[in-house]
Amino acid sequence: MRREIPLLITSIAGLVFAISYFIPHWPFGESESIFGDWITIVQSFAIWLGALNLLKVSFEKIYRKRKDSLYAGVIIFCLVATLIIGFYDGFSGLMQEPEVSFRAPGTHFDWVFVYIYTPLSSTMFAMLAFFVASASYRAFRARNFEATLLLIAAFFVMGGRVPLFDLPLLKLGISDVPYFSLFADWIMSYPLTGGMTAIMIGIALGIMSSSLRIILGIERSHVGGA
Amino acid sequence: MNKKYTSCSLLLCSLFLTVFLLSFSPVSAQTEQEIIDSVNTIVSQQLEKEKSPAPPTEVEAVDKPNDGGGAVLINWTISDDGADIKGYIISRSESEQGPFHDISESVQGSDSYTDNKAIQGVTYYYQVKSYKDILDLNNEIQRITSPTVSTGPVVSTAQWFNTDRAWCLFFVLIISAAIIIFIEKAKKGSSVYVRKIAGIDAVDEAVGRATEMGRKIFYIPGIQDMNDVQTIAGIAILGRVGQLAATYETWLEVPVSKSLVMVTARETLKEAYTQVGRPDSFQEAQVHYLTDDQFGYAAAIDGMVVREKPATIFYMGAFFAESLILAETGNAAGAIQIAGTAMPSQLPFFVASCDYTLIGEELFAASAYLSKEPRQLGSLKGQDVGKAIFMAAIILGVIFETFGIWNLSQIFLVK
Repeated sequence: MRREIPLLITSIAGLVFAISYFIPHWPFGESESIFGDWITIVQSFAIWLGALNLLKVSFEKIYRKRKDSLYAGVIIFCLVATLIIGFYDGFSGLMQEPEVSFRAPGTHFDWVFVYIYTPLSSTMFAMLAFFVASASYRAFRARNFEATLLLIAAFFVMGGRVPLFDLPLLKLGISDVPYFSLFADWIMSYPLTGGMTAIMIGIALGIMSSSLRIILGIERSHVGGA
Repeated sequence: MNKKYTSCSLLLCSLFLTVFLLSFSPVSAQTEQEIIDSVNTIVSQQLEKEKSPAPPTEVEAVDKPNDGGGAVLINWTISDDGADIKGYIISRSESEQGPFHDISESVQGSDSYTDNKAIQGVTYYYQVKSYKDILDLNNEIQRITSPTVSTGPVVSTAQWFNTDRAWCLFFVLIISAAIIIFIEKAKKGSSVYVRKIAGIDAVDEAVGRATEMGRKIFYIPGIQDMNDVQTIAGIAILGRVGQLAATYETWLEVPVSKSLVMVTARETLKEAYTQVGRPDSFQEAQVHYLTDDQFGYAAAIDGMVVREKPATIFYMGAFFAESLILAETGNAAGAIQIAGTAMPSQLPFFVASCDYTLIGEELFAASAYLSKEPRQLGSLKGQDVGKAIFMAAIILGVIFETFGIWNLSQIFLVK
């Protein structure tokens, strides 16, 4: 029963969702928003599971004096400090007239968000620029025919996206038409869109097949089955 | 334009007349004011008469088709002097005699409005009028509306079938039938050929490498929750990888970004270890939560990869901008990396940084491929029927559209 009930729920939910796409009448038409609300509620409660697990794992690391216990300490400190600041701002905001949200500009929590969280996130995102460069270097090495094609396409797209190649043509009066930009647009609009569409069709069919396997109970790995 | 000129001329004439009367007539201040007021009234009335916009025509209110009820669609033909009109005012009443209450203003050029606040089963009457704003003599904006056009009665009802999606249902049924037929055939022992997928074949090699090197395996199931089919596909593959890791007694670690994924992954892994006869080797700490935040998650995994130098990293699920941050760090750490995602925009990054990449549908096929179970393999064969249908439709569509024979592409429009 421990596996059958989740499988049954999965099958019913899957079928209802599939049917609701074609039948707008109640109750099918409303099912997506009803299930959506349920998911949000379950996720909201589940976040405590995650937070407690994070604390447990981190405390364990410190207790066992593992080599990365310093990072575990930082995690615990940050988690608890943010929690305290959030609760403090939340309660003090409730006492004020009119009430002030803990996320309102000027609160301590907002300060943490603006001056600690946002710069850290931006730093991680900014690292992408360097990773793109290193990944491009590997991807564009002309090792075989496909890689060479990729290199040529990338050369024209990158050159066409900035006025690097067109500028001399236009400045020297060789041509009034930005041919390189147009060629880059053509690569993006036709070969790329064609390839992406093919992948999307494959993905759609894969999702359909996967969903059917789950609804029919053939695929059970997600409920801990083989 | 002629109307504008007429109005301007009228205004100038009336002003001139006023100035003339005030300059030369021996009248009292009170009489002066009376004259000004009467001239203003005449001019305003004339302006209003001339500037009143043309009403919309062919106003029609119908129950919104293919919906679950509670919506009425109001259509009209744009007024003749559409360019001068600022918009349309839609009013509603439950009685033909009114009173009508304004429910919305549509912008210039619009010729329809959907009343989503209608109650299913209630009879409604609608009125539509056009309006435009002009400056009056005191330089203030004055709204001038056209005569109203009424329509109704109309009742909102719920439909039992969305006819716009009839073709979609047709193809879904055909492909689903093909998948089920092949599953049944496979169940009866019919052999199913599935092409080799290098990325999945490399799973054994990747786990074996970690065993030989005595290092960890990291399994990253993406940053989406369990309501994403990619995460489910990722968890399904985790079960197979878990069996291998348990067999070789290699430490498999699954850092996750969603609590529900943590619970599911834990159950899956526990079951996988049990199936290969090593339930004691499984530890709950193998699957642990990091953070829901996208870049926080990426930073945490990057740190773990740099510190612990895993031999193998799997990325199976839904990834966004963090894909390259993760994969490049793994690459720099010298790990063998196998990725699989159905996010087309992230595929190039994985292809560039990982040793093997499961592209789109391969991610969904991986679990079936690894299980070698006939029923699951049969579903892959059914999927191929879908591909054949779409390939034929694409070829026919190109031919038909080129020669303008039939608008085949309209069938595949999802509304």
